[in-house]
Amino acid sequence: MEEKDKKSSGNISRRALLGGALATAILPVSSAFAKYVQVGAPIDDPTKKLGPGPGKLGKRSPFEQPLKKPSDISSRTPLQDLYSTITPADLHFERHHAGVPTIDPAKYELLIHGMVDKPMKFTLHDLKRFPSVTRTCFLECAGNFRSGSEQLTPQDILGLTSQSEWTGIMLSTLLREVGVQPKASWFLAEGGDAAVMTRSIPVSKAWDDAMIVYAQNGEAIRPEQGYPARLLLPGWEGNMNIKWLRRLEFADEPWFTREETSKYTYPVKDRIRYFSFEMDARSIITYPVFPQKVERGWIEIRGIAWSGRGKVLKVEVSTDAGKSWNTANLQEPVLSKAHTYFRYLWYWNGDATEIASRVIDETGYTQPTLKQLAEARGTAIGGYHMNPITAWQIRPDGSVLFYPEKV
Amino acid sequence: MASSLADTTKWPPHFGFGHAATEQEIKLWDIDIRPDGLGLPSGSGTVAQGKAVYVVKCAACHGMEGRELPGVKLPAPALVSDTLAGSRPKTIGNYWPYATTVFDYIRRTMPYNLPGSLNDNEVYSLTAYLLSANQIISPNTIINAQTLPAVVMPAKKLYVRDDRKGGKEVK
Repeated sequence: MEEKDKKSSGNISRRALLGGALATAILPVSSAFAKYVQVGAPIDDPTKKLGPGPGKLGKRSPFEQPLKKPSDISSRTPLQDLYSTITPADLHFERHHAGVPTIDPAKYELLIHGMVDKPMKFTLHDLKRFPSVTRTCFLECAGNFRSGSEQLTPQDILGLTSQSEWTGIMLSTLLREVGVQPKASWFLAEGGDAAVMTRSIPVSKAWDDAMIVYAQNGEAIRPEQGYPARLLLPGWEGNMNIKWLRRLEFADEPWFTREETSKYTYPVKDRIRYFSFEMDARSIITYPVFPQKVERGWIEIRGIAWSGRGKVLKVEVSTDAGKSWNTANLQEPVLSKAHTYFRYLWYWNGDATEIASRVIDETGYTQPTLKQLAEARGTAIGGYHMNPITAWQIRPDGSVLFYPEKV
Repeated sequence: MASSLADTTKWPPHFGFGHAATEQEIKLWDIDIRPDGLGLPSGSGTVAQGKAVYVVKCAACHGMEGRELPGVKLPAPALVSDTLAGSRPKTIGNYWPYATTVFDYIRRTMPYNLPGSLNDNEVYSLTAYLLSANQIISPNTIINAQTLPAVVMPAKKLYVRDDRKGGKEVK
């Protein structure tokens, strides 16, 4: 902006803008006013301008622009931009192996066969006729850990976790419908995408809490999340929650598909660990984080914690680089296998320090450090099932940076 | 589990929704292969035939030799490596516990731009070529529903089932 414009906008600001706003309703805008009234931007005083009326589809404020961060193979939830534990459906992380298929719900069918008394097919309409259940739980990709730079956000580090309220039917309901035979100990879940994605799953999970879901946060499930129906295995690694589900086959042995052998396995010392299903307990501070800056004084440290094995029992926060740990407040209700919001009030005196969180789940498991994980699994540690404590540096100038560790 | 998530005992044994699946319907979608060979179709392939298919349909993404090349980032993972290599890159020879998985995965999802377009003989041939290139089978082995499950993969002995159980221990 030139000096002359700055001065004149300072001189006329309030009166001219108000006049301009009123004038636009009834008069053509003069070129003099157009200079000061930003076209397309919200007016300074919303009480002086009639807004748009009701519409058919809501949208976010133009001032709020949370965005997923896509790579070639996945797209990450902006955890640092969320205020509670439900992930808006359009911000739910994505991971797919051959793109998002377009499936006509009128043509959709789920086939169940193998070691069952009655092999059957179910349309989407059929699935929706069964008694339904709604459950809130997280989904997390098993390969959800990045490090290596101070300039990473929670989205960069572990944005492959999201949470929704899912609605569908218990898988056990369908198991009774087809008559799963006692000898069946595994089932294969297969997707209708171009990867025809498959995973072997123990039947015990089907009888426990597995669901087939067709809705997410009150509306039909999004195509990126498996429209029109997907498998939901609460607490188990994301890859097993087969999207665009089209087939379940029951048998007495697992299949050892590509996704459970060459992928989603990891080195532990000199061996390769397979069939890692549960996601271990984990937490991360989502405020304050890079690239935010903080001010001296009271800071409410906030974040999320979760466990694939049940409820979050406790979250502890350290503000002195791990020397001492303090109990954070948990936002009720604390749900099993669900992201749980935590808060810890802290007075920052302006000194350089590190803040971090760790979760203890109801099995007694305490979120480990990266060093502990490396000691347990060896230094050739892979990217799968990594859940280390994540710390943030607070610099005297208020800048917040990730604390990347090396094994 | 919370009662809201549990089935009730008052439900009927069957709701009667859905319909019986026919043999043809099942056959059309039942494409999975087990390590014991269950599900493998008839047909067969040779290493030489597999190499010819590979060059035309696979090399564009996986490289002419299917190997990791220094300074070259291929659009798809390397498929071939020396099974005796110290660094153990995650290739078929070094990392896959079962040979049947190679057939299953190629048939269900490759080539990436035209998934499911290969016939069973082509898939057997590609499987033969990749197993041979990884020095698992000799170049004159014919791969079919009988010989494929009999292939012993070097990495199988490395696989251990997850023993994490929650609780205090970090595993």
